[in-house]
Amino acid sequence: MNAVLERTWRDAPGFVGALCAIDHKTIGKRYIVTAFAFFLSAGLLAALMRLQLARPESTLIGPDRYNQLFTTHGTAMMFLFAVPVMQGMAVYLVPLMVGARAIAFPRMTAFSYWVYLFGGVFLFAALLVDTGPDAGWFSYVPLAGPEYTPSKRADVWAQMITFSELSGLLVAVAVIATVFKLRAPGMTLARLPLLIWAMLVTSFMILFAMPAVMLASTALILDRLVDTHFYDPGEGGDALLWQHLFWFFAHPEVYFVFIPALGFMSAMIPSFARRPIYGYPAIVLSIITTGFLSFGLWVHHMFATHIPELGKSFFTAASMMIALPTAVQIFCWIATIWRGRVSFATPMLFSLAFFILLLAGGLTGIMVASVPLDLQLHDTYFVVAHLHYVLIGGAVFPLFGAWYYWFPKVTGRLMGERLGQWQFALFFIGFELAFYPMHHLGLQGMPRRVYTYPEQMGWGPLNLVSSAGTAVIALSVLIFIVNAVRSYRRGAAAPDNPWGASTLEWASASPPPAYNFEHPPVVHAREPLWEPKGEPAQVGGLAEQTREVLVTSVLDAAPSHRLAYPHPSPWPFVSALALAVFFIGSIFTPWAAVWGGIPVAITVTLWFWPRRAESEANLAIEKRP
Amino acid sequence: MNHRALDVSGLPSYKYSHASLMWWGMMGLIAIETSAFGLAVATYFYLWSQAAQWPISAPPPQLRWGTLNVLVLLASILPNHWTKRAAEDGDEARMRIGLVLCTLFGVALIAIRTLEFTALNCRWDSDAYGSIVWLLLGLHTTHLVTDVYDTAVLAALFFFSRPLEGRRHVDVSENGLYWYFVVWSWLPIYAVIYLAPRAL
Repeated sequence: MNAVLERTWRDAPGFVGALCAIDHKTIGKRYIVTAFAFFLSAGLLAALMRLQLARPESTLIGPDRYNQLFTTHGTAMMFLFAVPVMQGMAVYLVPLMVGARAIAFPRMTAFSYWVYLFGGVFLFAALLVDTGPDAGWFSYVPLAGPEYTPSKRADVWAQMITFSELSGLLVAVAVIATVFKLRAPGMTLARLPLLIWAMLVTSFMILFAMPAVMLASTALILDRLVDTHFYDPGEGGDALLWQHLFWFFAHPEVYFVFIPALGFMSAMIPSFARRPIYGYPAIVLSIITTGFLSFGLWVHHMFATHIPELGKSFFTAASMMIALPTAVQIFCWIATIWRGRVSFATPMLFSLAFFILLLAGGLTGIMVASVPLDLQLHDTYFVVAHLHYVLIGGAVFPLFGAWYYWFPKVTGRLMGERLGQWQFALFFIGFELAFYPMHHLGLQGMPRRVYTYPEQMGWGPLNLVSSAGTAVIALSVLIFIVNAVRSYRRGAAAPDNPWGASTLEWASASPPPAYNFEHPPVVHAREPLWEPKGEPAQVGGLAEQTREVLVTSVLDAAPSHRLAYPHPSPWPFVSALALAVFFIGSIFTPWAAVWGGIPVAITVTLWFWPRRAESEANLAIEKRP
Repeated sequence: MNHRALDVSGLPSYKYSHASLMWWGMMGLIAIETSAFGLAVATYFYLWSQAAQWPISAPPPQLRWGTLNVLVLLASILPNHWTKRAAEDGDEARMRIGLVLCTLFGVALIAIRTLEFTALNCRWDSDAYGSIVWLLLGLHTTHLVTDVYDTAVLAALFFFSRPLEGRRHVDVSENGLYWYFVVWSWLPIYAVIYLAPRAL
């Protein structure tokens, strides 16, 4: 521990210090824990739904409440858990993995967290006062339009989108800038860890996709608040416009979740197979290809509409095609495992389950990608089964693996292995029990989003099995929480590199100090910790008394300049608060968008305004180019 | 640990353009906003494709103010370029003048934009055509207003904040980059709002 660097880089202690924090590790942990809290809350809603559906003609929950439950469940899982948790992982891991002392734009990253938190709390607060959104997680018009949802429920949904997408976009910018400009010297693009490639590609996709849903939801709010007619066919608007804009975002969104998960796989598998990944260039190209292709799939969510048949065929073909790059990655992992000496620690168990579950989800994906089958299966439980196989099998399983894998780095303690194995086994069994029967229910014609069903339909037994599976999942998650809390308090102390992994985050201490690396590393190989150290091995000459980071060039990561870095500040928090007032106010009156803008302008100006002491310290060591 | 270190103590404290972190942040922002503009333009033509006639129930917007805006925006490139160059030369006196000039240009543009809204021949709530025209113009106006405010704050910083670090020069340079985006993004939007309904 270097006391001088620690004093320079740490966030202030105490409550106010916590509001001012900008350390990417603190922000990343907050993202992950908050996203997990939303996962639990949304999971609780799912449990309530399964309780209701466990037997036919149940009167436990009425249709109106049930609509709010499934809408909030889907909305929270996608917008407040799946995407933010992956971005939180990026905020924590990317600077460490590229050998940087901090993330790019640390205050903006802190701001993004507050915006995300306020948006998420807003959604659940609305649910508690019976104003939870109730038009489904994709909030289709005309149902969500002014005529059929006169209450504020659809506005809550649309404004939650504004919060969460703004925060997602800001994190994406920070991640891209970190990867491009703050890499350790010598870490050329060809030496970038595969997880970093995954986070980079995801961030670029976010830049181009998230504006679509922000535009769409803004137009929805305008239709509802100031009588515009974007989605109103009576005045030249069009309801399908909503579906195009929404899915242009939401199909890539699946890949915002899935591509980072693939990145986790590519990080964990070499560590547990004890050999470098097979086919690095092929995997990089596959990630990039997946990113591009994911923008060409959105219409396959709209096969049941009146779009031209030729268009449907095109999107069927594109949907089939995206299986190819994923397959390339899976074969590379199999080759890596095949030629390695595999150790079956808990993270590896979750990784191996991915292969089975994603295969199943991928196969049903091919089924719903073909128009005639989709017309039969659309809006049935078959789709519910498919999307949960893809999202839970394809992302949540690797995410749990990643939790076990990086927990020792984050906390300095190992997760308990025995409880980990129990959690894995119960999660796998519970998942299959809960979601496999839904395939059959869908084929038997059970529509999704119904709050109950008549006994004569014969769907009771399979629904009961599915609900029992949910209970098993709940037990598994409970074990996970117990394991995490116990390990955090008194788990076995973790060494710096407990898995003998090859990437730079394992060169830092566990947990990493505020400054990440006392001597930022210089990289000479793709697997820096598995190669003998090259010379020079580390960076020297960065200031210790003030915050300074080394900026490098985009392609070769050649040292470029030493940049003075911002200090903790209360203004990101206060600005986010002002923005929340602005956003929430503007679903009640358009004038909030005018008057609410003033506090936002003032707070961001104060955020930007330099502090004399910091400027003087920076100037004392400034070198002009 | 006795390894040789890569000594970076001689490196400068900041650099301009794509060597700087700020440039990449700005480019990220520009990418986001380009997608938003692109999707809004796509929405315009999508709604057009669904309509029997376009504009649905009004003559196209009057050319006067929008066209004047094109000319003034293009003219604003000159002070903007001059200020950006001053920033890259590290000349704070010229930067101060330049930032004030750019802010004045911005204020004039916002005034013209206000008149532009009165000459659209439609309201946002008249029909879907009106809605998308107001959305397009509103979207660009948001960029105009925020960047003018941004420039004004930078100008104030250069007059009132002491001491001034050299990396603030990079901020001025990148602010100029963003202004170029505001200028160049207006041309396609102008073409869509004013020329497309006449020419197509």
